[in-house]
Amino acid sequence: MIQLENVTKTYPKASRPSLDNVSVGIEKGEFVFFIGPSGSGKSTIIKLLLKEVQATNGKVVVNAKDVTSLRSWKIPHFRRSIGCVFQDFRLLPNRTAYENVAFALEVIGKTKAVARRVVPEVLELVGLGGKEHRYPHELSGGEQQRVAVARAFVNRPLILLADEPTGNLDPDTSIEIMRLLDRINRTGTTVVMVTHDSNIVNQMRRRVIEIESGRIVRDQARGVYG
Amino acid sequence: MRVKYVLNEVLVGLWRNVTMTVAMIITMSVSLTMLGASVLMYLQVDRMKDFYYGEIEVSIFLADNVTEGQIAAIEGKIKSDPLVKESNHETKEQALERFKVLYQDSPDFVAAVNADSLPESFRVKLKNPEDYDSFAKSLDGEPGVQRIIDQRELLQKVFNIFNSVQLMSLVVAAVMAFAALLLVGNTIQVAAYSKRREVAVMKLVGASNWFIQAPFVLEAVVAGLIGAILGFVALFIGKIVLLDNKLQALTAILTPVPNGNVWLMLPLLAGVGALVSAVTAWVTLRFYLKV
Repeated sequence: MIQLENVTKTYPKASRPSLDNVSVGIEKGEFVFFIGPSGSGKSTIIKLLLKEVQATNGKVVVNAKDVTSLRSWKIPHFRRSIGCVFQDFRLLPNRTAYENVAFALEVIGKTKAVARRVVPEVLELVGLGGKEHRYPHELSGGEQQRVAVARAFVNRPLILLADEPTGNLDPDTSIEIMRLLDRINRTGTTVVMVTHDSNIVNQMRRRVIEIESGRIVRDQARGVYG
Repeated sequence: MRVKYVLNEVLVGLWRNVTMTVAMIITMSVSLTMLGASVLMYLQVDRMKDFYYGEIEVSIFLADNVTEGQIAAIEGKIKSDPLVKESNHETKEQALERFKVLYQDSPDFVAAVNADSLPESFRVKLKNPEDYDSFAKSLDGEPGVQRIIDQRELLQKVFNIFNSVQLMSLVVAAVMAFAALLLVGNTIQVAAYSKRREVAVMKLVGASNWFIQAPFVLEAVVAGLIGAILGFVALFIGKIVLLDNKLQALTAILTPVPNGNVWLMLPLLAGVGALVSAVTAWVTLRFYLKV
């Protein structure tokens, strides 16, 4: 599902590469944590998978598509098969929970009728039934992140990327979000999560890939934060 | 649905920053008015050339001591020249008649002149007035010829004035267009900034590039079109107020400006306004919305 082959990424003006000759494979339906200290290069992996940045060397394959050689005008369509959740939620403040999720559908050309059918369903799934018409500032942090997860998942993507999704949440709320991601993973969606929240990693007992200074130093099937 | 979304975004965008939108429309319309005026002037000079060149004559004044033989030789040469359309020989008496008509307002002046003091001449119309130089060369230095005068030269001075006015309005149009471009670029930047969250989400969920850019580009195009329409209205009013009323006397010399030509400016200005705005907006987005 996801394949990195000898990937190196050096940002312009950086003295050392953010990712240094990294090779890793992730199967369909896996749940994978990327852990490591700040600046270790784990967020760069998310950016590479979205083709927000281009690998300096090596090959990135996502959904059997070679991302490294993907033409720029094909990127939008490619991204529709990937859902994304971030630490800062990235919701539109002037739209309700329902509208935030529906927006993601509308801008890729889905009709309002489709949105009316699918959005309540996915909001129910993330546990926001009854709060569809609240604005982000009327929701708690955890609830806002649920809206973001709903938006990422409403398209039924094959892959869900989560960049420190619990970074702004208290431990209890974080665990609720993790349960939600776990539930999404069980529907067959591959989940890749970047985090340095040791509690969560230790509780989930999933595959852990540790990165330090741009290199993979550990890849463990049912790992802990360590 | 998507069309409705895009149109709604355009209206919201134009309204969100309404002072900037107005500034953009005004500069655009002034620039386009100048452009339209200069194109109209260009067309007008063409029309005037057509009109006046048909009337233009070359005068070949003969020396006082010219002999019959020399006159016959000159006449033969003129008649056989393929460049000549028609010619006639004006005697001293005919010249006096013409002089009397020309200066009928000052009888004292006319009374002081007699036929002898006026030169004899040939009046020649050329098939193409632009061929004056080669025609003049063929007669230059011919015995009995005193001076060859081309009316076109006088007309040329008038046209030169038109050309410089036209050039001036083109320069003003260009300067204003530059200001308009900067304003369009700035407006689009502000619009892109105020919609950065939406744009970020759109990119994230995989909205196509045209869908992200269309509202911004259309916003500029709508402003450009409004500017073009205002510019056209200004041009039409200017034509009616100045040429048809205040400066009507001038119009008699300038030959009238046909309304058809003015109407022609509407598609021209609209096309230029829309295209320039669209390209500017699109280029600005390349820099500010890396998709």
